[in-house]
Amino acid sequence: MVGVVIVSHSQKVAEGIREMALQMARPGQKIIAAGGMENGNIGTDVTRVSEAIIAANTGDGVAVMVDLGSAVMTTETVLELLSEEFRETVKIADAPILEGAISAVVEASLGSSLAIVVRTAEGARNLKKC
Amino acid sequence: MKVTTYEAMTAIGQAIINNKQFLTELDAAIGDGDHGINMARGFEAVGAKLQSLGADKDIGTILKTVGMTLISSVGGASGPLYGTAFLRAASQVLGKYELDQENAGMMLAAAILGIKERGKAMRGEKTMLDALEPAYESFMAAAKAEKSLLECLELACEAARQGVEFTKTIIATKGRASYLGERSIGHQDPGATSSYIILQTLLEYSRT
Repeated sequence: MVGVVIVSHSQKVAEGIREMALQMARPGQKIIAAGGMENGNIGTDVTRVSEAIIAANTGDGVAVMVDLGSAVMTTETVLELLSEEFRETVKIADAPILEGAISAVVEASLGSSLAIVVRTAEGARNLKKC
Repeated sequence: MKVTTYEAMTAIGQAIINNKQFLTELDAAIGDGDHGINMARGFEAVGAKLQSLGADKDIGTILKTVGMTLISSVGGASGPLYGTAFLRAASQVLGKYELDQENAGMMLAAAILGIKERGKAMRGEKTMLDALEPAYESFMAAAKAEKSLLECLELACEAARQGVEFTKTIIATKGRASYLGERSIGHQDPGATSSYIILQTLLEYSRT
């Protein structure tokens, strides 16, 4: 199954989204929160994101959900520092972080490929709320 | 002009730490108010890392250490941005112990390209590029006119200072400040300001 990593500036946001997404997940599905800095401060942490991506990859790849600006830059920096082979198996979804994460987790739970999981996550931006 | 990279980086780190409050205030006006705090944390980590690395390393090795440390310790957008800039600059001077107009220009160019790629930004968007690109252009024009390295750096700093002033007149379209739209006008960009502080400190250090 494709793993899902949630990168937010806030540890609480990342963990909260993970909790919501877990309701839709299969047992054992990899959904990993990488929020905030080591000391609980707001920010994004290269080491945390890197460890989360590695832990989320069970061989089928990882879809990374991001919140604002530097979450994207931090994740892209992490990808640059990973081996080329590993980098190929990780994709950042250009999606709203909460809706995207839930969509990605549902799609991944069906055993879909990384490309399809990312596409579904990105489709979440079109969900109508009212 | 004699510059020890280790000492120059230590001076830059100290200048950033001294301006922690100022940079944070600038960022609080139009962003998330963490630029000074993040940069100071990054350069405190850089200081510790450089001490354990030793002062006798080549310019490339020192700048690479600075870049990696900023990436892993800053926590805001400036971490990947400045980190990438220092890593790219380092790649131009691996094994080198002396700077001249040519390799200094190449370092600046590589750093700017790194920032553009990482931030998907260009000049005129109220970012550090509005200080760094004019600085680079002035540096290269001075180098072409066969000015000394110190003179090149002086002209680059002046261009960066004017670039910071220019950021007061434009709307932010990148980063957190872009949420403010027109309300970002009138404020100088914190990233452009920290870029100017770095160049200015390098200049002041080089004059000693």
